[in-house]
Amino acid sequence: MTKIKNLADLKRIQEEVRSRIKLRENSNHPENMVQIKVGMATCGIASGAKETMNYFIEETEQRAIDAVVTQTGCMGYCYAEPTVEVTLPGKEPVVFGYVNKTKAHEIIDRYITQGELVDGIIPVSYKTIDE
Amino acid sequence: MKTISDHILDICQNSIRAKATLIEIMVEEDIYNDFYRVTICDNGFGMDEETARRAADPFYTSRTTRKVGLGLPLFKQNAEQAGGSFSLVSAPGKGTRVTACFKHRNIDRPPLGEIAQTLVLLVIGNEDLTFRLLYKTPSGEYNFDSAEVKEALGEVLKLKEGREAVIELINNNLIDIGATS
Repeated sequence: MTKIKNLADLKRIQEEVRSRIKLRENSNHPENMVQIKVGMATCGIASGAKETMNYFIEETEQRAIDAVVTQTGCMGYCYAEPTVEVTLPGKEPVVFGYVNKTKAHEIIDRYITQGELVDGIIPVSYKTIDE
Repeated sequence: MKTISDHILDICQNSIRAKATLIEIMVEEDIYNDFYRVTICDNGFGMDEETARRAADPFYTSRTTRKVGLGLPLFKQNAEQAGGSFSLVSAPGKGTRVTACFKHRNIDRPPLGEIAQTLVLLVIGNEDLTFRLLYKTPSGEYNFDSAEVKEALGEVLKLKEGREAVIELINNNLIDIGATS
């Protein structure tokens, strides 16, 4: 298999993969998909949020969970980085702290697939004067 | 921050918050002339002179969630510790350009790290933005444009094969021009 060096090679990969796998019908309705936002500010990056984000991307794909994984800036919970905000369709967003790979696995297993709440949620219980 | 890729990811977050639509990352390394320069340029809403001056102050930040902003000061510190320099040029409505120079042979220069993976993370995590990487070495240069890649791969970019293909693409090209890690 030749190495991938340019755009033509990428195009070839696209052809190959398309014929092999039927692409999931990704509904373009964000309301129906699970939204996963990984905090990727300085504190997040320094605590390894890149790994956490990669893990979510790979696991949700492997388990065919309809999810959008994006990065977000500082949510203010620097002491608990890496942090992840998960919004299940129709529910309020929930923020989890100290999300390493094991915790991420737990979150996907229990919260996302079964709706069961997991330890380590950071409560959003205050409002600042500006809000 | 352990690697230059981490810094790049961090500064790009600033650009994203400034509502940039195009972010260009330039890395120029020249071991013979002992320099390693990283520039991140965006077309976000920019800063006025006062803000630009205070941006590298750790105790100054534009965010409301906390009172400390460490991304730029940490990058500046790393550059200066490696015998280099740091500069930030910005104007309201014209975007921002952050440049950090390191001495190539200085032991305190952090390694580049996983730039390919970082770029792919940025591209998939921010679908509406375009990211470009221009990497120059004494042996050659490599241009990466996420818009071209998205066109070539289409939906496959969201799959594991697509992501790994792009990471391989970037890494192979960087090896070809003799990029140091």
